[in-house]
Amino acid sequence: MPEVTPEPTAPPAAPEDVLTAPLVVEFPFTRSLGPVRGAFLTGLRERTVLGIRATDGRVVVPPTEYDPETGEELSTLVEVAPTGTVTTWAWNPTPRRGQPLATPFAWVLVRLDGADTALLHALDAPGPDAVRTGMRVRVRWAADRTGAITDLACFVPDDAPAPETAEPAPHHGAFDDPVTGITVPARLDYTYAPGRAQTRYLRALGDRRTLGERCPVCRKVYVPPRGACPTCGVATAEQVEVGPRGTVTTFCIVNIKARNLDIEVPYVYAHIALDGAGLPLHARIGGIPYDQVRMGLRVEPVWRDGSRYPDHYRPTGEPDADYDSYKELI
Amino acid sequence: MPGPIRDIAVVAFAQSDHVADSSAVSEAEMVLPVLHDVLDRTGLKARDTGFVCSGSSDYLAGRAFSFTMALDAVGAWPPLSESHVEMDGAWALYEAWVALLTGEADTALVYAYGKSSPGDLREVLTRQLDPYHLAPLWPDSIALAALQAQALLDAGLTCEDELAAVAARSRTAAADNPHAQLRGPRPQGDHVVAPLRRGDCAPVGDGAAAVVLAAGDRARALCDRPAWIRGLDHRVEAHSLGVRDLTASPSTRLAAERAGAFDRPVDLAELHAPFTSQEIVLRRALDLGDGVDVNPSGGALAANPVMATGLIRIGEAAARIQRGESHRALAHATSGPCLQQNLVAVLEGES
Amino acid sequence: MSKEPVAVVGIGQTAHVAARRDVSLAGLVREAARRALDDAALDWRDIDAVVIGKAPDFFEGVMMPELFLADALGAVGKPLLRVHTAGSVGGSTALVAAKLVAARVHRTVLTLAFEKQSESNAMWGLSLPIPFQQPLLAGAGGFFAPHVRAYLRRSKAPDHIGSLVAYKDRRNALKNPYAHLHEVDLTLEKVRSSPMLWDPIRYSETCPSSDGACAMVLTDTAGAARSPHPPAWLHGGAMRSEPTLFAGKDFVSPRAGRDCAADVYRQSGITDPRREIDAVEMYVPFSWYEPMWLENLGFAAEGEGWRLTESGATALDGDLPVNPSGGVLSTNPIGASGMLRFAEAALQVRGRAGEHQIDGARRALGHAYGGGAQFFSMWLVGADRPE
Repeated sequence: MPEVTPEPTAPPAAPEDVLTAPLVVEFPFTRSLGPVRGAFLTGLRERTVLGIRATDGRVVVPPTEYDPETGEELSTLVEVAPTGTVTTWAWNPTPRRGQPLATPFAWVLVRLDGADTALLHALDAPGPDAVRTGMRVRVRWAADRTGAITDLACFVPDDAPAPETAEPAPHHGAFDDPVTGITVPARLDYTYAPGRAQTRYLRALGDRRTLGERCPVCRKVYVPPRGACPTCGVATAEQVEVGPRGTVTTFCIVNIKARNLDIEVPYVYAHIALDGAGLPLHARIGGIPYDQVRMGLRVEPVWRDGSRYPDHYRPTGEPDADYDSYKELI
Repeated sequence: MPGPIRDIAVVAFAQSDHVADSSAVSEAEMVLPVLHDVLDRTGLKARDTGFVCSGSSDYLAGRAFSFTMALDAVGAWPPLSESHVEMDGAWALYEAWVALLTGEADTALVYAYGKSSPGDLREVLTRQLDPYHLAPLWPDSIALAALQAQALLDAGLTCEDELAAVAARSRTAAADNPHAQLRGPRPQGDHVVAPLRRGDCAPVGDGAAAVVLAAGDRARALCDRPAWIRGLDHRVEAHSLGVRDLTASPSTRLAAERAGAFDRPVDLAELHAPFTSQEIVLRRALDLGDGVDVNPSGGALAANPVMATGLIRIGEAAARIQRGESHRALAHATSGPCLQQNLVAVLEGES
Repeated sequence: MSKEPVAVVGIGQTAHVAARRDVSLAGLVREAARRALDDAALDWRDIDAVVIGKAPDFFEGVMMPELFLADALGAVGKPLLRVHTAGSVGGSTALVAAKLVAARVHRTVLTLAFEKQSESNAMWGLSLPIPFQQPLLAGAGGFFAPHVRAYLRRSKAPDHIGSLVAYKDRRNALKNPYAHLHEVDLTLEKVRSSPMLWDPIRYSETCPSSDGACAMVLTDTAGAARSPHPPAWLHGGAMRSEPTLFAGKDFVSPRAGRDCAADVYRQSGITDPRREIDAVEMYVPFSWYEPMWLENLGFAAEGEGWRLTESGATALDGDLPVNPSGGVLSTNPIGASGMLRFAEAALQVRGRAGEHQIDGARRALGHAYGGGAQFFSMWLVGADRPE
């Protein structure tokens, strides 16, 4: 499962005192490779660089199962050399997270001997003065290779002259224990800012008040407020406190435990129209057996210390609301 | 190539101020005033338009379905004929233009927004790359553009002084653009990824833009001087940098040909070039001579709200035609690493 | 100048399974595209433009994946558009492609939608926890189940209707070799006794998570004349959107859905959809949505949709077959699910649906929806060229 760590923070930098919080989007993506990319990455594990012959005879590295210009299906794999020529480069003085080298390096496009296209990777060089277009380079293999583009750790400068001819050798593409899939973790860090209206709403929740905003045109009260009335397309600004009591408009009984939620099943997940609100919000119902919850049930929030939202809603003991009184709010 | 089967024009354009940090407002709160502005210029409501289309990216926002919340700003009630592209708003405009060409609508609202500030844009854009061979290396957008810039330098097609001049000209022009993020010249600064310096790169920022399109007499009724779309086309290239000639932009060239850009000279061009070096590539692909006023708005080098920057190029070009400052203008939008995908619009005032 | 008639001359889909571990993303989309091209007897070079759709990029962890897939789709040197309208995207994508032909911008367009859910986890992609927001307390089905209960209350439908739909669609899927679920041993009793996950929704009444792609070749009148197989002609197509959450929203029968259907019928000259439409492929991710959409789309009066289901009218041998392919309940590559509905409708009127062909189908409706039941796209296709 992904790790997402939304830890609210104080908002020093944000203007107008709006809330912000880190949002980490991280997942280990599982990528199946298919025959051609699978052969290429397996080849890297075996210190073999494969290309593929395109419709016009060019050798494409890294290989794709289709011609990059025409889309035609390709299947003729060839082996190219682990040496090649830099076709362009860029000096990276400040390596960033995830990049191939932790010390300053050059990004390079390298046309490997026997290939007609260039491959993007890093070149380990002492400084920009040691790099030029046309320079000769060779592959430095990673010590631990699993079948990934990073098995090619980087390129390094190569003193040997370019070969006279570089006719790629045919290759069957078959290896023992072929790599058919890779796991590619990816993490991106964001700072989430919910905006003005949501900030006002969240701050009020801290005082255990539910604050909506009224549309100046249709007069409906939006909870949570989102800064605009979505049907009228105008800004909402007038603050309206709603609830705390409300009516269950509809619900379901949850019998399946949701991951990363510590709630015993079965429980009731309900839509609740707080008194004065123009639309329902969603919450759990407690304080009543799950099979006795019904549409029209009158409920009130139960707060728990340290929680931003009500822990759940419980029956108020009032008579049920008449269906006609809330059917427009379902 | 025959022209479009129906005359369609940009009749209004609006944009937000483009800022480095818009954390004070949600996407909907950022888009709302821009929509009001563009609609006020025509007297229309969103519900009066026959089609609505927007452009944005979940990856910028860090949230799936992020565009659904921005729809709150539109007032989609009664329900609208509406669509969304996960692309720059220039392509949303393209989709709307096609809808108007079919005759099923006479007006369209197009908007786009992007907040780059919540994430690390250089890192986020690496997720656009081939997920097997490129993305695992995290080559950032400036690094890729720097590879392209070096290829231009190696080929003798530009020099560092020329790149610096592009940067200076753009930001000087932006001094007159109240919406721009970088107004007035900036020092070129140090290399970010050599050969590109800080000044060669677009600023990172947030913003929104919107355009109203209208067909035929409807356009004339809504606007004193509509900016007629004489041609609109877009083309894509292969993804891998290693199979392309990075010093050329054949997709821009082809799109321009299809859009009729070379039929008569243009007097103005708004180019979507987030790097000075990419302006060099585009000028060559488009045969833009010294007589053409390039990026009088300051271009992407002065304000770059990703996903809206391309739409803003069309809006800026149209606005100048509406004000009578241009008679025939070219607008360009790009997407993907090193100008992989390009769109060209040719706009004219009524002659 | 009138619109150019639009013909569907090529249809292709992948085998849909929980995880297509044998192909790359490129391989997946090419499998569907190649089959659509073969159906149309065309090659990559015959395509003028490509329109691609899928649901959120986070599902595969590739931002704007059409950029990296451009070469795989033979799109180099061509226009490439990427549509994203949530769950309705497969339908919207096809409609954008159709407009390119209708507007005479292009003559022959390849349109494709895909999802490779196995690259991540759909529930992760759908519910990235956003700071400050209350976590979704109920999982995917929990979002829909309260709306189903609201429908039950409103229509007074008996409890067993949902099971009837699930059993029907899963049985239909046995006749569709591409379908994800082939539950040969399924009985109505098994559906009825399957666990109640989100009461009133049972396990067997929910859709699977699939890897898959669907592609179509759309072309103009001249292109249709060259087609080796009968084309499906577009008679009407529309999209409608309404906001995600708003005061007065009707989740049971959203107005956007009703308006969208009405627009499609108007374009198609349909005044009595129940009698004039021969087959329907509608987006039913949870079985109860069949009766709900039957009402929303005008096939039954409000509160009466379940009677149509109960009567057997929506079965393969009924007079209004719904989801002869097995539908979303049997196959659900999210971004492609809508296009599969559109494509299966077209297969019916082309007479090329194989074992799940409805005899004599002349007009069929494809329907997709997404978001918080807010984005709708539909098309009506016919065996006859429109007037």
